Parts: sequence; C-alpha cells; structure tokens
Amino acid sequence: MSNLDPASQLKAKFGDLISGPTGFRGEITLKLADAERIAEVCEFAKTKLGFEYLVDISSLDNYGEDPRWTVVYELRNLTNNAELRIKTNVSEEKSELPSVLGVWATSNWHEREIYDMMGIRFRGHPDLRRILMWEGYPYFPLRKDFPLAGKPTNVPEVAFSEIAPLEGGPFVTLPGSGGAVSREPRVRTPEE
Amino acid sequence: MATVQDIEIPDTAARNALALDELQDMHGEKMVLNMGPSHPATHGVLRIVLELDGELITKAQPDVGFLHRGDEKIAENMTYTQFIPYTDRLDYLAPLANNVAYTLAVEKLLGIHDKLPPRCQYIRVMCAELARISAHLLGLGAFAMDMGAVTVFLLIFTEREKVYNLAESLSGARFTTSYTRIGGVMRDLPPGWTDQCRRFLEEVVITINEAETLLTRNRIWVDRIRDLAVISKADAISYGLSGPNLRGSGIEYDLRKNQPYLCYPDLDFDIPVGSTGDCYDRYLVRMEEMRQSVRIIHQCLKKIPGGADNQSKEPVNVDDGKIVLPPKEKVMTRMEELIHQFMLVTEGVNCPPGEIYFGHENPKGELGFYIHSRGGGVPYRLKIRSPSFVNLSIIPKIFPGCMLSDTVAILGSLDFVMGECDR
Repeated sequence: MSNLDPASQLKAKFGDLISGPTGFRGEITLKLADAERIAEVCEFAKTKLGFEYLVDISSLDNYGEDPRWTVVYELRNLTNNAELRIKTNVSEEKSELPSVLGVWATSNWHEREIYDMMGIRFRGHPDLRRILMWEGYPYFPLRKDFPLAGKPTNVPEVAFSEIAPLEGGPFVTLPGSGGAVSREPRVRTPEE
Repeated sequence: MATVQDIEIPDTAARNALALDELQDMHGEKMVLNMGPSHPATHGVLRIVLELDGELITKAQPDVGFLHRGDEKIAENMTYTQFIPYTDRLDYLAPLANNVAYTLAVEKLLGIHDKLPPRCQYIRVMCAELARISAHLLGLGAFAMDMGAVTVFLLIFTEREKVYNLAESLSGARFTTSYTRIGGVMRDLPPGWTDQCRRFLEEVVITINEAETLLTRNRIWVDRIRDLAVISKADAISYGLSGPNLRGSGIEYDLRKNQPYLCYPDLDFDIPVGSTGDCYDRYLVRMEEMRQSVRIIHQCLKKIPGGADNQSKEPVNVDDGKIVLPPKEKVMTRMEELIHQFMLVTEGVNCPPGEIYFGHENPKGELGFYIHSRGGGVPYRLKIRSPSFVNLSIIPKIFPGCMLSDTVAILGSLDFVMGECDR
C-alpha cells in the first residue's frame, strides 16, 4: 500500500482540505475541498511527493447536483509507479478554478479541452480557446443538458450549424435507472 | 525598419500569431504560413499556423479538432459493449490495440481484469503487438515518404497487408476489427492462424532489415533528422509525452513493464530507449520496438495455453453469464442463458458504481480510459486520454528554431493519428 503514503502526506500538509483516501480497484482517490487550492496541491504533489507526470485531466458534469462540476487529475510517479487521483468540485455559478499550467506543461491542452467541452474556465491559462470545436461555437457539448443530436447554431458559414439528421436513431440505451422499458435501445426522437 | 505585412486572414489562430508578434519583429519580415489541414505530411487533418522568418520557424500554433466526432458524448449514450466499434476508429492504424485497451478498462471497472482466462490474455497480447508492428510500419513508411524515400513506404505496405489478412481471419474485418469483448474475445483463433502468423513474423523481420539497410546508416536520412527537434527528459515528462516519443528522450517507461497487465510479466522483452531525444532516436526506438514485438508474439505462439487449435478446449471468455454472451445453442434451449442474453443485449453489462483509469501501452503511446460509472450498463462519463493529442501539444515548444523543411520530419517522428487526437 505504497499509494496510501502520499495520501497521508498530503493530508498532513493540507489538513481538512483533503478527504479520503478512497480505494477502488487498487486506485487511490483524494478529494480536495477547495478548488482554489488545486495548483498548490499539485505543486506539492509534484515537487515533494514525486508525482512528476500528469496523465490526464477529466471533467464531470454532475447534472442536477450541486456543485455541478468535478475536475479529476490523474497523477503518476514515474519512479515508483504510484498513481494518485485528485478530484475537486467547482460550482456552476463560479465555473472557474486555477490552472495547473505552471506545474505541468501538458495541462495546457487538457484544460483547453475541458473549457471547450464543459465550459469550465481555468484562471491563469494564457490561451484558453476552444480546441476541438470551432471558434465561436456557442455551446458546451459534453454537458449533460446538451442533446446527442446537437443544437442549431447561428454561426454563419460554418458547417454543422443544424442538428444532426439522426434518421430515427440513435438506437442506444438511455443512461440512468428509469426502468427497463425506457433504457432499452430503440428509435428515439431528439427531444425525448 | 521593416514592417509587418498586413495580410487579411479571417481566422483567429492566424490573427493571434500576427498580432502578438508585431513588437518582436526584430529579425526581419515575418510571414505566416498555413500548413494543413489538408496536407500530405500532416497525416490527416492537422493544421499548423507557422510564423516564419525567412525559412526559420519562429512560432508554431497547432490547430486540431477537424476530425472531432464526439466519441465521448456518444459513449455516454450507449452500453459498454456498443462502444467497442467506436474504439476501432480512434487510432485507426491499430484498431486491435484500441479494442484491447478499451475492454481492459471496462474489465477493470468490473474487477475482472486480472481474472481473464490465460488463453484470452495471450490472444490479446498478440493482437496488441500485431497492431504495434502494423502501426509502427506505417509510421515509418510515412515518415520516410515525407522525407523523399518512397521505396520504404511501398515496402512496408506489403507487410501491413499481411497484418490485415491476419486481422481479417481473426475478426472478419480488415480495419474495423472490434475483436475483443468485455470479458474475452469475439471468438477463438481460427484454424491455421498461428501458422499464418509465424510466416508473417519471419517475413516482416526481413522487411524491417531491408528498411533498416535503406535508412539507418543512410547519410541523407541521418543528416536530416539527427539532432533535430531534441526533446529533453524534463520536457518530455512535463508535456506528458508517452510511448516511443517519451522513450526516445531516454526515459525508460513502458506501461507493459511498469504497470503490467495481461500476461506481459510472463514474457521476455526489452524496452528500447533513446539517448538524445532527437528525431533519429525516436525513429530508432520504433524500429527496435517492432523487433521486440516480433519477439513477444513468437513467445506467445509458443506458450499459448491450448496450443494452436485449442484441443484442450481452453476458455477464451470469463465464465460469467452476466458479462459474456452465452453460446447461441444454449440461448435457444435453456431459460437462464436466454435471460442472460436478453439482459446483456438490452441493458448491457451491469457495472458497479465507481471510477477507474486504465492506461494501455498503445503504438502511439498511452491510450487511457477514465470511466466514471454510476451503475448500470452505460458509462456516466468516459474520457479518452489519447496519446496523439498529448504528444502534439509539444509542437509549440519544439518547432521554433527549426527550418520550414524540417516540419515534415518532426511530424513524421512524432507519429500521430488525428482520428485519435480529435476523437
């Protein structure tokens, strides 16, 4: 359980801000209560605990819950192969947290992608533009209230400014626990 | 004093490049050149806005997303099994490896990733390594072709054809294999596959040797790519590079060794690393990785439980009716199997609530899946950590200072796939 050790060191340093660790399938997850301190925590994890490699940053939309956003950092120590996940919540009104670009250069594109897909802003990021969607696109497609078929946009002279013709599909299951009938794959209209 | 030429460019990326550097215009007149998105050397649809001072690159701004299909959004709307065909289209040069990576991630969520039957593990390792050979061959061929050595490109395509034939007899499809299933593989090795595979391994080594003779000590090749676009160890780590690009910079990190999965601990292979981190090192690392993959597959063919034709009826799927589809003949005659079949098809594999990240050593680097499940057969959130996306983010760092003609060499040595980068 070498992974538990960095967790306790982080707890010793930041006290009640860090909760956990929770273990699942051999992975250690820590929760940071105040998203404003994320850069500080990451800096500490990198310089003092050897988590020199940032694998990935993901984002979650906890639609219907408060706080709405969760940002997930996957850290790795290349020397002893330890991995650590740090999660922090961001409220919808704020939708902003500090950038960790000063800690890892790789976070540049990850943060741009999260801004592009979820609309969470990273304070201190020098170039927070859309990366996968085109400039001027008005929505954030990975939010749970964005339909799979898309929404019409009024950006002129840009491809795909209408909703996608789904031809009766998608023939997919619906997430959630709304009973077997509502979950099974069948023809759905985009409004459904 | 020279003035910045006012070129009308209705595009933000290009405009930014111009506007920011008006003050630094010390060396002479700067010119902004658009490379891509449709350019043969960008291997897909990558666009780079280059700012040039003569032939010297002073600034490079990559622009990605032209191939964005919203795979992560799509994944949230279907069962785990239904998403397997979408993984074929991530790194479309190595679909078999993507299949393996994705199913291993879901199996980790289910908690069965270390309980897979041995035969299944060996088959999956062979799939991943065949995909590695095939992807590295194309990466090498495209790299060489961009530098003017078309022969290598034609040479490697005869070998890739054989990998496609192997994939076809394995899964029925040449490109979009969708071969793995959650808890196993679609079907066992077909008769004669191992012999076909052995023949391929013997022949591919000859081709690798030929390519090596053409390139490795070729004066033109070496002069062009040696000491070009050096990535230091610190930069490689800070920019999160993975795969051959990370190892080319001299960092011995390979998920197959450092975070072993499947039957890799039982196999004997080496991890090649570079010394300086230039384009030549990345090229050499890929060449050696192909040889190591050949070595791994040879061992797998020798050690695979059940042997070539599986006389002893070794299972290739986990023995759990709630995860793997039951055999068809039982579905038609037995009640329990019929229920399992119905539930798996309509609702998907019932995964427990929780979150996992699984990284797989793909040909291009670490292909990772972060799955956040709230229970049920559909992921609540599935994030794809694509190696090409992360590897490309180092372009603004390494391009400045290189010549315009070096761009194709650097892009070739980074070896990326846009289908995976843009998802």
